[in-house]
Amino acid sequence: MPVSGPSISLHKASRDYGTVRAVDSVSLEIAAGSLVALVGLSGSGKSTLLKMINRLVEPSSGTIRIGDEAVDSIDPHILRRRIGYVCQNIGLFPHMTIARNIAIGLELAGEKEGRAARVAALLDLVELPQAMASRMPDQLSGGQQQRVGVARALATRPGLMLMDEPFGALDPVTRDNLTDQYKALHEKLGLTTIIVTHDMAEALYLADRILVMEGGQIKADATPAQLLSGNVGAEAEALVAIPRAQAAHLIALGKSA
Amino acid sequence: MTEAWQRAFSRVPELLAAHVQISVSALFLAMLICLPLAIWAARSPKVAAVALTLASLVQTIPGLALLALFYPLLLGLSALLGGGISAFGFLPALLALTLYALLPILRNAVTGLSAVDPAITEAADGLGMTRGQKLYLVEAPLAAPTIMAGIRTAAVWTIGAATLSTTVGQPSLGDLIFAGLQTQNWTLVLTGCLFSAALAISVDLLLGLIERGIRERRKILAWAGMALIAAGLLIATLPLMIARDNVVIIGAKGFSEQYILARLIGSRLEEAGYKVRYRDGLGSAVVYQALSKGDIDVYVDYSGTLWTNQMERTDSQPKTVMLDMIAQWSSANHGVKMLGALGFENTYAFAVRPEDARQKTLKTLDDLARVSSDFNFGTDVEFLERPEWEMVQNAYPIRFKDARSFSPTFMYPALASGEVDVISAFSSDGRIAANNFVVLEDPKEAVPSYEAIVLLAPKRAGDEKFVAALNPLIGAITVEVMREANYMVDRTDDKKTARQAASWLNGKLRE
Repeated sequence: MPVSGPSISLHKASRDYGTVRAVDSVSLEIAAGSLVALVGLSGSGKSTLLKMINRLVEPSSGTIRIGDEAVDSIDPHILRRRIGYVCQNIGLFPHMTIARNIAIGLELAGEKEGRAARVAALLDLVELPQAMASRMPDQLSGGQQQRVGVARALATRPGLMLMDEPFGALDPVTRDNLTDQYKALHEKLGLTTIIVTHDMAEALYLADRILVMEGGQIKADATPAQLLSGNVGAEAEALVAIPRAQAAHLIALGKSA
Repeated sequence: MTEAWQRAFSRVPELLAAHVQISVSALFLAMLICLPLAIWAARSPKVAAVALTLASLVQTIPGLALLALFYPLLLGLSALLGGGISAFGFLPALLALTLYALLPILRNAVTGLSAVDPAITEAADGLGMTRGQKLYLVEAPLAAPTIMAGIRTAAVWTIGAATLSTTVGQPSLGDLIFAGLQTQNWTLVLTGCLFSAALAISVDLLLGLIERGIRERRKILAWAGMALIAAGLLIATLPLMIARDNVVIIGAKGFSEQYILARLIGSRLEEAGYKVRYRDGLGSAVVYQALSKGDIDVYVDYSGTLWTNQMERTDSQPKTVMLDMIAQWSSANHGVKMLGALGFENTYAFAVRPEDARQKTLKTLDDLARVSSDFNFGTDVEFLERPEWEMVQNAYPIRFKDARSFSPTFMYPALASGEVDVISAFSSDGRIAANNFVVLEDPKEAVPSYEAIVLLAPKRAGDEKFVAALNPLIGAITVEVMREANYMVDRTDDKKTARQAASWLNGKLRE
């Protein structure tokens, strides 16, 4: 049964590090069930914005709501248990088996019943063989580890997934594979997903809405189709230009062959 | 195996048990302090800096000095709190060894906890772990091998340093080493070293096993290590569990005469049906306090030592008056009973080589003052700090070219070999006569009298059987007999143990 992800709303959310303003008064509405990509160069504030939603980074000012609830009205650890979080470095616990890694959210919530069944179902969901359950993280490839990372985030059936460059460190084939599969999962489970990436091609392929960030502000907010058609601002155009040029080059190569 | 080895080995079980007890206690206390501190320090670099600096500072203090420091500290504390704290034995040793064990545990724990991959802690936060859950589920298990390595280092250090706790009256394998060094009984020294080294090595191996078990996540290995350690602990401390009701503890300072007299007293008490244990190698300053607190039951001290150290007198009184005053003072102030004088004196005696005495016509301390600017002075480790030296200097214009400290064992050879020209010998020491050294007279009677006296702890003062067993010793030992007994233990050839000398001495008692 697909869960229905919540909507997200940011109102003048800012974050300062000393004199540097990492996120600059961002206001934003994200509809329930959408898959939003936050795209930008390093230092554009996209990761900080993402982490403000699950309070890994506390906002300096402004309010953030998930559904109707302001995030600062809930204890951080309770809040985070309701949100799936996947990061680039994966961060599997090296001293725990894959099964325990996946079930750790259930362990924290004190859910004792049916853990094994849930782990088995999640391994299926991220297309890992059941035999992996008893392995240790260092026995898995990078792609397999990130599948476990996704399974771990999904274990407690969150409606909202926050993903910080989740596939950034993987080889292109694995990455493509996982991107595809995640998109399918997102739809199947009815999630709301916000994914941070610096790769515009990935964003164009995966998301149904793309936010381009620079200097802590959102410079463009468009669907992939709108972005490709242009007229959404110079910052977005600069990022879109790269995959477009690559594609053109590949097509030209194909023709000359 | 020869008899000497057997006798040395027979003392091992009890001392090993005490050694294990003090080391383990110190290690546990250090862990109890360090682990919470490390958790705090891992989250605050300021706390880490302060804690690690302090722990390193402690490490620069020599172990022996650290132990010695706790004695006056605890005495002061006890006085402040109105008594009840023992500055002797277990407590000072525990505190000093604990301080010593802090650094490796703290350093490794801080390192281990701060070295956890930030991606992993971020994932833990992102999953909604509380601080406690993060520590328990993630940080502690990941830091465990490093922490364990620190505990291992601390364990080896502590076991080594625990041999020094003998000096503050805590029994340990150091008893064998210190006693052996004093009486040049190398069997004893080797036995002490052998067992403390073996203890350190086995603990190191077992903790290493646990560390490997944790590091490689092989639980069986870790559990096996822990089970072996637990079993070892149990076996090693077994002698402590054996009831020791009404055991008499006989104290002795760190030289042969004291060891012999302690054994003489011990054998008499054993004949009277008491169970007896010895606490050897106690410092002059510690031993009287220990007696008055009842930590030891009986020991032999010297009138001049009590007169100057405990009573803080600088005046001179006739022998008998002095003894009466000491008896009165110790009874009135501490309830300590002076049983009586053994009949010989062991005073500080300035001794020179016979050829010097002849050529330079040295007979008295006045003669010594005349030549002192050409003489190198050899003393025991405490004489230069003692009031007697001040008294001598006040009475005679002595100013030596140089002064060096030796353990008594090496002081006599130093004089014989010409390394020094005059020593502050002990008048009952057999090595004076054996080397034909000449003892200089003290015409101004600057050095007070040092009658050997038997002192009883307050709880033994009214014990008639106890008093009756020791009364025959009063006035029964001449200085000649004592010198001979001392020499039996101190000489290099045909050496006797303190127990053998005591039994010889027992046969020579004056009726």
